Amino acid sequence: MTAAGKVRAVAVKEMRQILRDRRSLLILLFVPAFFLLVYGYALSFDLRNIRLGVQDNDRSAASRELISAFLNSGYFELAADVTSTGEIDGLLDGSDVRAVLVIPARFGADVRAGRRTTVQMIVNGDNANSATTVVGYTFGLVSTVSARFELESRAGSSAGPPIAVEPRVWYNPELRSTLFLVPGLIAYIAMLTAVVSTSLSIVRETEAGTMEQVRMAPIGPLPYVLGKTLPFFAISLASALGIVAVAMLLFDLPMRGSWLALLGAVSLFLVGAVGFGLLISTVAETQQVAFQVALLTSFLPTLMLSGFIFPISSMPVVLQVVTYAVPARYFLTALRAIVLKGVGPAVFWQELAALALFAAVILTLASLRLRRQWA
Amino acid sequence: MTANGAAPAIDVRHLTRRFGAFVAVDEVSFEVRSGEVFGFLGSNGAGKSTTIRMLCGLLRPTSGTAIVGGIDVGRDPEGVKRRIGYMSQRFSLYEQLTVDQNITFFGGAYGLSHERLAARRAFVLDMAGLRGRERSLAGTLSAGWRQRLALGCAILHEPTIVFLDEPTGGVDPLSRRRFWRLIDDMAQAGVAVLVTTHYLDEAEHCHRIAIIQAGRLAALGTVSELKGIFESRRIVEVRAPRPVELMRALDAMPEVEKTSIFGTAVHAVLRSSRTDVAVVTDRLAASGITPTACVVVEPSLEDVFLDVALSAGREAGGAVAAPGGGLA
Repeated sequence: MTAAGKVRAVAVKEMRQILRDRRSLLILLFVPAFFLLVYGYALSFDLRNIRLGVQDNDRSAASRELISAFLNSGYFELAADVTSTGEIDGLLDGSDVRAVLVIPARFGADVRAGRRTTVQMIVNGDNANSATTVVGYTFGLVSTVSARFELESRAGSSAGPPIAVEPRVWYNPELRSTLFLVPGLIAYIAMLTAVVSTSLSIVRETEAGTMEQVRMAPIGPLPYVLGKTLPFFAISLASALGIVAVAMLLFDLPMRGSWLALLGAVSLFLVGAVGFGLLISTVAETQQVAFQVALLTSFLPTLMLSGFIFPISSMPVVLQVVTYAVPARYFLTALRAIVLKGVGPAVFWQELAALALFAAVILTLASLRLRRQWA
Repeated sequence: MTANGAAPAIDVRHLTRRFGAFVAVDEVSFEVRSGEVFGFLGSNGAGKSTTIRMLCGLLRPTSGTAIVGGIDVGRDPEGVKRRIGYMSQRFSLYEQLTVDQNITFFGGAYGLSHERLAARRAFVLDMAGLRGRERSLAGTLSAGWRQRLALGCAILHEPTIVFLDEPTGGVDPLSRRRFWRLIDDMAQAGVAVLVTTHYLDEAEHCHRIAIIQAGRLAALGTVSELKGIFESRRIVEVRAPRPVELMRALDAMPEVEKTSIFGTAVHAVLRSSRTDVAVVTDRLAASGITPTACVVVEPSLEDVFLDVALSAGREAGGAVAAPGGGLA
């Protein structure tokens, strides 16, 4: 009874402290949701409802077909019908439109005759990223429509265009970056709650002197550490699963894999993260130091080096090597496999093994340090 | 072995702790009996806390043995923890938890059963005078209350040996008095209490006192035994308008061994107990000083401490400081 009872005593005490400390509770519960909303909505690389001005100098069936291809794509909405070239300056200057599509006269006739013709897209380049995206969408739409015209102009003959691309984007057919970001967010938030909170809560006890008092009681390091970390493990697990649920509701995150696999991967990652928090707490003597160490060694790598935002394959080789030591890297791969692909552990067992190895190494280091401090 | 034949509650022999080349505790030996209040005096860094930490099983001795409650701390530090209570000067409580929640936590940490915890909770609330404040946050209590609650939490498991490391720092005189009554009660009930303190007036409450200086036991005995070191000497308390000048004049006398400042007065230790006060007043008059008072006084514990610490310090070749504060 005693060992389990002592774990319980420590865990209950920890939970009461967490509940009492409104600031920490807020950080643990609301910041993840806040992050999800901010990143989910703001950190999207997609553009939707781009305001488009259209100057149709042709007004033929073909030109209307091209315009409706733009408007039906979901990326563009018609914001202005431009009748003279002089209006374009004013529209772009006033940010009434982000782009203007100019269709030349005789567009329909040229298309019907199978002659080469050109449409003009004038894009506001004040935001280079979105301008690039708009140009990309335009290329895609125009080539689709032009392939259709080409087929129609050769009606009767069986030959199509020499090479046709049929893009099929799996797992995220609409290429929404939210789907790509949510797994990264889970890793990010788990890092925040598990590493930072765990390390701070232990260092806080050292600072307050209660650590010494606890060590004078016959608790033993293992029940103490278990009791101390279980509440944070539970909270970060709930937080992580909550993010998945919210993402499913708000961002149509498809949860294609099994919840059990998700639970397993998240738990494995959290054990390593909590262990890392423990390790930091054995090194840092003040909460300030603990926070900075946690920030530098876990927070930033998770953000920058895990493939959360920046693809690992486009990093310099040196950094790519470093990413092998960042557990979030494996976690993200496994998470995307579960959530987006819906594949089983047979596919990502290597990632799980890497996470387990990380957790084992960290826990061993932490317990060695703790044992030395404790006795 | 003690006089009544029972094994001592704490039996320390040749206890030594080194940190690298530094010897923090050097061959310290003493015993504490059940029901005894044992005072541990020494300047900061003298080795008091290191000794207590070893006795509590927090720090392994480099050599020597310490048997606490019948258990060798070097062999079974966890076993020792079950039998002792420990309270530090920081009154280490969880300030964001209520009085009740603190008691519950420490009860759980000591593995108390539900029924026993209920009984002990009642005892602690009564002892600390915290009835009606069970739901107050520990951090909002005054120092005296926190001190008594910390003691209560440290003795929830009814240990027979209690270590108190400077338990009365920062607490008002009334609360200090009340706290010492609690210590006396524990001793009456047969608990062995080892207490360190900076307050020499408090040390007079102790049955026996050990003075530790530079890691060594410099003196050990009852208060009157310790004062016995002045048996062949005599202490004269002198007051005069200009104490510095007075001290210089006293130091120059062949009969005076040493002088030290005591508040607004100067204590002069005379080499012989047969020297008359008149000799001192005459010599002072000769150097043009008219003391407002010049009387023989009983040695106080502070006289003892300064005497012991100075001679021990001279042997060790180190500087000596009196324990700070509370010298009134």
